[in-house]
Amino acid sequence: MFSRAYRVAITVPPLAWVTVFLLVPYLLMFCYSFWSVSESQAIVHSWNFSNYRELATKTVYWETLLRSMWIAARVTLFSLLLGYPLAYFLSFRAARRKDLYYQLVITPLWVSYLVRAYAWKTILGTDGVLNTLLQYAHLTRHPLDFLLYSPFAVVLTLTHIYTPFTLLPIYASLEHIPRNLIEASNDLGASPAQTFWRVIFPLSIPGVLAGATFAFVLSLGDFLAPLLLGGPSGIMISNIVVSLFGAAYNWPLGAAISFCMLLIVVGLLFFSERVEKKWSFS
Amino acid sequence: MATTFDPAFTNSTQTNAQPLLSLRAVAKHFGKNIVLRDISLEIAEGEFLTVLGESGSGKTTLLRILAGFEQATAGEVWMAGERLDTQPPYRRRVNTVFQHYALFPHMTVEENVAYGLRIAKRPSSEIESRVSDALAKVKMSAFARAKPSKISGGQQQRVALARALVNRPRLLLLDEPLSALDANLRRQMQGELKALQREVGITFIFVTHDQEEAMVMSDRIALLRSGELEQVASPREIYSRPATAYTAQFIGHTNLLKADVRNGVATSGALSWPTTAPAGAGLFSLRPECIRVADSSAPPSETSLPTTVPATVRLRAKLRDQVFHGANELLRVECADGQVLTLRTSTRPAIDGNGELELEFSPADAVLVRPSEERA
Repeated sequence: MFSRAYRVAITVPPLAWVTVFLLVPYLLMFCYSFWSVSESQAIVHSWNFSNYRELATKTVYWETLLRSMWIAARVTLFSLLLGYPLAYFLSFRAARRKDLYYQLVITPLWVSYLVRAYAWKTILGTDGVLNTLLQYAHLTRHPLDFLLYSPFAVVLTLTHIYTPFTLLPIYASLEHIPRNLIEASNDLGASPAQTFWRVIFPLSIPGVLAGATFAFVLSLGDFLAPLLLGGPSGIMISNIVVSLFGAAYNWPLGAAISFCMLLIVVGLLFFSERVEKKWSFS
Repeated sequence: MATTFDPAFTNSTQTNAQPLLSLRAVAKHFGKNIVLRDISLEIAEGEFLTVLGESGSGKTTLLRILAGFEQATAGEVWMAGERLDTQPPYRRRVNTVFQHYALFPHMTVEENVAYGLRIAKRPSSEIESRVSDALAKVKMSAFARAKPSKISGGQQQRVALARALVNRPRLLLLDEPLSALDANLRRQMQGELKALQREVGITFIFVTHDQEEAMVMSDRIALLRSGELEQVASPREIYSRPATAYTAQFIGHTNLLKADVRNGVATSGALSWPTTAPAGAGLFSLRPECIRVADSSAPPSETSLPTTVPATVRLRAKLRDQVFHGANELLRVECADGQVLTLRTSTRPAIDGNGELELEFSPADAVLVRPSEERA
């Protein structure tokens, strides 16, 4: 149908882009993960598994990885708990105000990540808005110190930042449910609550999975929130990667960690896509 | 009246005559838009009633009020002595077959049919046997484990029917359930649906825009026009005794004759026939098949003395065009005064040298109808 030149012209640029900016860096990273660093801080191009052995044996790495996954899991849970009801409200109850509310959900995405993270810093700090308020209301005598520089602060901030990402796919899947299915369910004697659990929720599972995957993957790889608000106890795996590539100058070990995370994320995406497919009907 | 009052008699007639469903002055407005006005209708137990109307006539809204998906703006709906319209849809013993079936895509055929019974928390042995009976009744037992996306439209239709009927509702609502099927399957399903309704004895309210479908299936037809009931009658009556010009034209074809009635004779241009209609202007509906090609060998019964009522009225007309329809032909003829009539005949008409035909009709077939004013 299209000329050969045309087909080449439209396929080559994206392919080149993906190769140069995605495949080659990943391949480089993969190679680096088998190399090592000499005493004189030079990269030694000798192939071995020493980096992976170090990861497996040194508890700090996989403990941080597990903690990061635990933080990401909580962020996922809270964004689902916040995002689902809001998406449901938007889709089924907002009626004429739908577009307005939708914009209100989207707008925070236009604000820089850093600004939002710093905003939480001023809210949660020792002399922050929240502590001042709590003391003023005599709910606490001394400022609460677990609010900032803690996993709590990281989970809170990441939940705030990634909830829209969770909400949008859920909202999309709810919008796709034919409304006559809900009427059919009511017609067959199911109350609104029964209809929700038997019809609406099962049909929104692809959206829930997509949203959960977004929240988990994005927060697992996050390094700014733990850097700004995490403190020593809120360190995440990406912070270690950043320091390995930076101050510690151990690119090979950083690459090995990155590659492990890549595997985890790809595995997760693969799994969620399969389950999503199983639950989509159209 | 008071002296002849017989409580036993009154009581018995009341219970006998009590309809299953009774609509009392039901109206529905969407903002300023009046969709239904003053709908009063009684439907008997076991009746197959068709709500017939063009798109936008309010027929689907009426059905949705009965199902409980819409709230009537005014009026009441009663079913079996209980107020229906104040109950939520899930408390009504009413089930619906939706226009696009609305089968749950994440459930198998079997699970779809079992849905209502599961909600009603029936014992599982009962659910199993009722579901398999219902599927057998609509000939879908072989597809019990299939997902709705894997079966055809006609099959989905049957499953939707089984899913509704398995709950043994007092009233089954069907919203243009056959409109998505192709013509042959549609005719087949019309027959099956009617047979099924007789078998289960459940009251059906069937909504359609297809007058032929309404004629074939219904015990009674309620013709809806711009949100008002135009006529409610059996198919035979609504066809042969249309109350209004709109009914006459909507159900089947007709010739509308503007006539002047004087001394028991209606005159419309060159045509005149005896009538019992009151004097003054009158509009008459004459069905195309009521005009016959006259047997030219028989002596014309003209010279009609005004005192004797002739069995037939004869007329001569020029043939304008004819359309072959298989079993019969549709002819358009023009009378001497320019009035054009349509007639249906199964015999090839004999045309004389002037291109004229000898035609006849029975005066009784010219039905006086109320004129229908144009409505938006």
